[in-house]
Amino acid sequence: MRHLLSAADLDLAQATSILDLAEEMQQVQSRPVKKLPALRGRTIVNIFFEDSTRTRTSFEIAGKWLSADTINVSAKGSSVSKGESLRDTMLTLDAMGVDAFVIRHSSSGAAAQAAGWVKAQVVNAGDGQHEHPTQALLDAYSMRQHFRTLGDPGEFAGKRIAIVGDLLHSRVVRSNVLLQRTLGGEVVLVAPPTLLPTGIDSWGCEVTSDFDAVLDSCDIVMMLRVQRERMAGGFFPTEREYTERYGLTEERLAALKPGAGICHPGPMNRGVEISSAAADAANSLVLEQVAAGVAIRMSVLYHLLGSDEGAMK
Amino acid sequence: MADPAPDTPIPDSPRYVAEEAELSRSLSRIAHEILEANRGSQDLVLLGIPTRGVFLARRLGELIAGIEGRPVRVGELDITMYRDDLRNNPTRNPARTAIPGRIDDAVVVLVDDVLYSGRTIGAAIDALRDLGRPRAVRLAVLVDRGHRELPIAADHVGRTIQAAGDERVQVLLNELDGRDAVTISRGGNR
Repeated sequence: MRHLLSAADLDLAQATSILDLAEEMQQVQSRPVKKLPALRGRTIVNIFFEDSTRTRTSFEIAGKWLSADTINVSAKGSSVSKGESLRDTMLTLDAMGVDAFVIRHSSSGAAAQAAGWVKAQVVNAGDGQHEHPTQALLDAYSMRQHFRTLGDPGEFAGKRIAIVGDLLHSRVVRSNVLLQRTLGGEVVLVAPPTLLPTGIDSWGCEVTSDFDAVLDSCDIVMMLRVQRERMAGGFFPTEREYTERYGLTEERLAALKPGAGICHPGPMNRGVEISSAAADAANSLVLEQVAAGVAIRMSVLYHLLGSDEGAMK
Repeated sequence: MADPAPDTPIPDSPRYVAEEAELSRSLSRIAHEILEANRGSQDLVLLGIPTRGVFLARRLGELIAGIEGRPVRVGELDITMYRDDLRNNPTRNPARTAIPGRIDDAVVVLVDDVLYSGRTIGAAIDALRDLGRPRAVRLAVLVDRGHRELPIAADHVGRTIQAAGDERVQVLLNELDGRDAVTISRGGNR
């Protein structure tokens, strides 16, 4: 595997292999020495043109626990603020002998474009409203663990996953849809008509604006963050009305299929898209998702950099 | 050397150099040796190296428990990420590592099927260092075939086999292969 730019880059064997290895990697967190030598001598640059705490930190920890040298570059304080283009910034760092870039950028397609410029391997850590493949992987990982705690083998075939909220501005949803296409889960998209991306009909998913109608049929309910800055865009009348129709309220929590897992990629707006009762419910996977972040990213970095195969010869 | 009775192997097929009875005698001797060297099973942890070492460690654990009348700790130690040739090979996922409790101040016996270059055991010692500080680390192998590339020696050996570098020595185990045997065949190192 050379790059991870899209969840669609992964076939079933690769996706399963990443999820399986993440299980082993999660054990490293409880070891006295949290270090494996697999990526010794590799240099990974986390280049973030957009603010992020959990993604950047978990990639950094993941690289360090695999013994890679990880360096963080943020747009603020870099040559980017002096007007250097993305291409020149990437080429400059690439010329220093970097083995991999983990890139986050506000423009859709930035990671794929960067991958075409540099010799290093590239991981997409979120590009605009397009994709965030490692988030989809850790979501899938948390879901699979949840299915297993219910005494299920953890297969996605036959599982129904509702993704609810601002689908228009979400990169998490596209990566989840693509990954589930590979893993075999059925995705139901729930959103107000104003927050549906164009072309959603071609995604091959059931789309509805009636959240209540799908509550009792889904094994997972994934609530997306309402980006408050979108309120000005007139996508929905008021926060309260949004909560009324699309929030995971206490009443809706009670109407879920028994054992249904609740996911949220964070950061949560409690009381808007998710009630505190749902966020803190016994079947809430929110903290599991965060805990899985490092393990999934270790697994992804190992799959990309563990062997010289993926590197450009 | 006892070939299997029903079908005499054709020239290039594997030669059987040990069968079930011999393999099980070797294992019970190793079990006794481990107990003797350790003066009992206290503080003993057997760690099998995947794939076949894991099953051998379990068998040794049962044998030791049978002799001592109390269970002994058995676990699994994968060394994939510690291999010195990791980068040169296609990516492969590590097997499970399962350490039964703390290994600090324990006597760890690494268990593997075939001792050859010694690089696997070298990697295993590196891996142990990240998991704790055992009082002692010993090595038990079913077959020692020579050709060491590192200064490593086994403490408990089932059988020593002189095999050429281009021969492949393989341990077959009931749990995985449907039979217990040690074979030598032409072609490929392991």
